[in-house]
Amino acid sequence: MQLNRAYAIFLRQLYLLRGSPARILPLFGWVAIDIVLWGFITRYLNSVARSGFNFVPAILGAVLLWDFFSRVMQGVTTTFFEDVWSRNFLNIFATPLTIWEYLLGLVLSSIFTSSFGLVVMLVLATLGFGLSFFVYGAMLIPFLALLFAFGIALGIVASALVLRLGPAAEWFVWPIPALISPFAGVFYPLSVLPVWMQTISRVLPPSYVFENMRKIVAGGSASPAALALGAGLVILYIAAACWFFASVYRRAVRTGLIARYSAESVS
Amino acid sequence: MASSKVLSVSELSKQYGATLAVNGISFDVARNEIVGLLGPNGAGKTTTINMILGVLEPTSGTIQIRGIDLAKRRAHALQHTNFAAVYAPLPGNLTVRENLRIFGLIYGVTPLDARIEALLAEFDLDRFRHTKCGVLSSGEQTRVALAKAMLNSPELLLLDEPTASLDPSVALEIRDKIRQFASRGRTGVLWTSHNMYEVQDVCHRVLFLSHGKILLEGDPKTLPREHGKQSLEELFITIAREPLGLTQS
Repeated sequence: MQLNRAYAIFLRQLYLLRGSPARILPLFGWVAIDIVLWGFITRYLNSVARSGFNFVPAILGAVLLWDFFSRVMQGVTTTFFEDVWSRNFLNIFATPLTIWEYLLGLVLSSIFTSSFGLVVMLVLATLGFGLSFFVYGAMLIPFLALLFAFGIALGIVASALVLRLGPAAEWFVWPIPALISPFAGVFYPLSVLPVWMQTISRVLPPSYVFENMRKIVAGGSASPAALALGAGLVILYIAAACWFFASVYRRAVRTGLIARYSAESVS
Repeated sequence: MASSKVLSVSELSKQYGATLAVNGISFDVARNEIVGLLGPNGAGKTTTINMILGVLEPTSGTIQIRGIDLAKRRAHALQHTNFAAVYAPLPGNLTVRENLRIFGLIYGVTPLDARIEALLAEFDLDRFRHTKCGVLSSGEQTRVALAKAMLNSPELLLLDEPTASLDPSVALEIRDKIRQFASRGRTGVLWTSHNMYEVQDVCHRVLFLSHGKILLEGDPKTLPREHGKQSLEELFITIAREPLGLTQS
């Protein structure tokens, strides 16, 4: 693996961001709106709840972590979409660049763009609504790591889907986080879900993050075993996502889809 | 000592369902040689080029670039290859310099800044260095694509109708640059074009492709006479309309 090739993909994203407010604004715009909206909702819930329960770390913290996950996934897919939008597959894949270097480039771009969104969310949530991440303690690191890794895995799968189905399949990608969120238990414990939904939740690494986050907020402690299970699952998903992307790419090379991608020929 | 062949294609075929787009073709390109790959639309020229570029997997056959098997060591083989095609413009949302920098990094060009500066000067692109490629004229975009194609001083240069959108004056300039590039280094060029005047002017050897097969091969200056035709264009038209008649003659 040659890191300079992966760096080229990352650098391309930096160049595009540098000259484009339309690309910079979404990095923090939607997540900032989410934080403000949910910040006020949690403030209102705190004022009407009789239990004295603090909704800020439970709800606003969950929103922040979920938005971080979404930004990581979209960091991968939007970098991939740049090649779709500029019809650049032929130029980019008729080079010594390997699939693994390309995927690493997508991940590097996502690290940069999602970090940008995370910092904005942290500043807003902390200064605007008093969210303190000391509540989660050292567990914040595995929480972020798990969500980051799952975002990467889903971003790679989503990119593979668009590569397989053509540019119009981009519209399948945007709602993926919304489709997963009911199963991930972002705002409620998994115990409120019907059994069939809980079964799906158990194979989703984010559900381990949010269950353990709620435990901590309720005064308990996180379960290292549960987080380890989530980590194991996410490693499996990343490996599966890379394998899936490589398979779709190899098929695209076999069928000629890479060379005539804009034709959207699904064969 | 380096082999004189920079490209060796052997028994190359590509089948799409029932359609045989390329049918067992074999040819070589030597260093300092410009080979024209000619044929009517749908003859299999672009399919052949895509296979050599590693973006299309052959159904059978082998491709060796500098003796390196493309199927087995793709990245290594493509390190010494580059291309420009009229249907593959560089991303229009990046500037000329940004595009050259990104592709220079992918090809591992060192020292990259010096190479970019040399190409900007050579292709008269200096004043466009900070201009987005999408707003350049067709001729300027072609020059950028050629500058990118020469970034890594490739030993195999693939050009798919590189002058298709250029006026005759700019096309002449571009032809001269490619000819100079091929003659001074260790580069072999595989060139497709529908402009027979250009082919006759530039190519040392031509391969006529029809229905995925090489029908004729030879010197573009003597080949028409050898087949009783006045010009390369007349020979091309005959191949396009009656390929079987020609092979039987």
